[in-house]
Amino acid sequence: MSALLAVKNLSVAYGGIRAVRELDLEVAQGEMVCLIGANGAGKTSTLKAISGLIASHGGSVHFDGKSITRLQAHEIARKGLALVPEGRGVFPRMSVAENLMMGAYVRTDRMAVSRDLDHVHALLPRLAERQGQMAGLLSGGEQQMLALGRAMMARPRLLLLDEPSMGLAPLMVKAVFDIIRHIAAEGVAVLLIEQNAHLALKTCVRGYVLEHGALTLAGPAGTLAADPAVRQAYLGEGA
Amino acid sequence: MPEGKRPRWLVFGLLALGLALLPFLVDAGLGRSWVRLIDLALLYVMLALGLNIVVGYAGLLDLGYVAFYALGAYVYAWLASPHFGLHLPFWAALPLGAALAALFGVLLGTPTLRLRGDYLAIVTLGFGEIIRIFMNNLNAPVNITNGPQGINLIDPVRVGDMSLSQTQTLFGITFTGAHLTYYLFLLFTLALIFISMRLEDSRIGRAWVAIREDETAAAATGINTRNLKLLAFAMGATFGGLAGGLFASFQGFISPESFNLMESIMILCMIVLGGMGHIPGVIFGAVLLTLLPEALRYTGDWQRNLFGQIYIDPADLRMLLFGLALVAVMLYRPAGLMPSARRRREFADAAE
Repeated sequence: MSALLAVKNLSVAYGGIRAVRELDLEVAQGEMVCLIGANGAGKTSTLKAISGLIASHGGSVHFDGKSITRLQAHEIARKGLALVPEGRGVFPRMSVAENLMMGAYVRTDRMAVSRDLDHVHALLPRLAERQGQMAGLLSGGEQQMLALGRAMMARPRLLLLDEPSMGLAPLMVKAVFDIIRHIAAEGVAVLLIEQNAHLALKTCVRGYVLEHGALTLAGPAGTLAADPAVRQAYLGEGA
Repeated sequence: MPEGKRPRWLVFGLLALGLALLPFLVDAGLGRSWVRLIDLALLYVMLALGLNIVVGYAGLLDLGYVAFYALGAYVYAWLASPHFGLHLPFWAALPLGAALAALFGVLLGTPTLRLRGDYLAIVTLGFGEIIRIFMNNLNAPVNITNGPQGINLIDPVRVGDMSLSQTQTLFGITFTGAHLTYYLFLLFTLALIFISMRLEDSRIGRAWVAIREDETAAAATGINTRNLKLLAFAMGATFGGLAGGLFASFQGFISPESFNLMESIMILCMIVLGGMGHIPGVIFGAVLLTLLPEALRYTGDWQRNLFGQIYIDPADLRMLLFGLALVAVMLYRPAGLMPSARRRREFADAAE
């Protein structure tokens, strides 16, 4: 089996309420995959369960052929899954430079870390200019970029992105997605969660559609974008 | 900065000389009772440094911190007093007290791992009260704590043949018990300051800041939030337990009375007032809040000198002025009197 991330039968429940039901999902090495769905469909719950922030109710998650189902969030992060949480999740009272270095917290290869830092600065020149500034004082788009940069500092094999376009101005959304594409072009696999289905399907190779906690559709992004049901429900086309 | 230009050894030399001579200067200038107050201030510096790890670094609001102080004090009293007939030397009793406090730090920490902010504060407050009430009531059926009467005749610290509760003459200089205690406490305080400084600059210190800022993001960067939070509780509790043991040996008597909620709040006030997360601020806050209430006892004398009679009972006026001073500091210096650069920025952001 070649999938980098393989999710099987994943279920998540809060109390008695099932948020995600028997979800199957795969991301191959270096692949860009999106999970789209409306507000409350269970997208964030799925991502949190994969990254170990909440316990799953059933099913399994394998990363690189090994089970990470029962691992804790920090252990999963150390395996090479970098989560960029919803609402950016930068450390607001740390400087930009400190935030980036926190991304490399578990790494001990100092030389490589400093090379990666140069690389992130080249990728995100706006951050390079604001190194000493408090992260909380950056604009929303800059914070999203910082969160991406921090995730990159962990040298991940899979990037989990939770609504990177949320609350950003259209021009910023474009800039952030350009960076995501750039990261993916470097061979990092991406699992993108988005409400903005149009943008997500345009960016990714494959997609999954989540409705009320269950997958309803899966397939190549182009096919999904052409699907009448998807067009009506998520791409804003009237019946 | 002119300080930066002065050679470091000169600054350190003057500081060391000042600290070495302090009890004699205080004795000559203010009287013997103030030397004991300086000893007490050092104890509070240790406590404040310990709570600073939990609240200042890791951002876990702990309102029951005094419980660890109490545990350290009781363990020392059990192991070095006629209560159980045990008389272990201080170098054995002190670490045991600190270790038990650390264990309880982890025991308290474990159920509170999922709690934040207000909820954490309430649970820790409850823990502080539980320990105090236990100490108050564990005198029957087996007398463990001697209840509200407390434990008496606790051994003072002995170094060789020298007891720190008696006046000694060394090198032709007379040291009272309070003087000797000062040097012992100073030694421990300096050690705890050193440990705090090293922790702040370490990977552990940075991880604590990350947890304080955003726990989810911290976990996503590979930080073991559970273990690091427990470590913060355990480290803080160790400092508290150590201070408790020293307190028991210093007073010779302890009772549950000494470990009430007010004490926890006072220690928290010290670090908030001085500057949370900033070691010099925490030390300053602890010294100020130990000595200020004592200094305010003299308001009776001031009134008599000014008006010829006492209008307000000094005991009442003392707490009134103390409260006013706290309110004033929080209004005009919300980040504390000596905040760290980071905290100053936090409050500057919040004001925008």
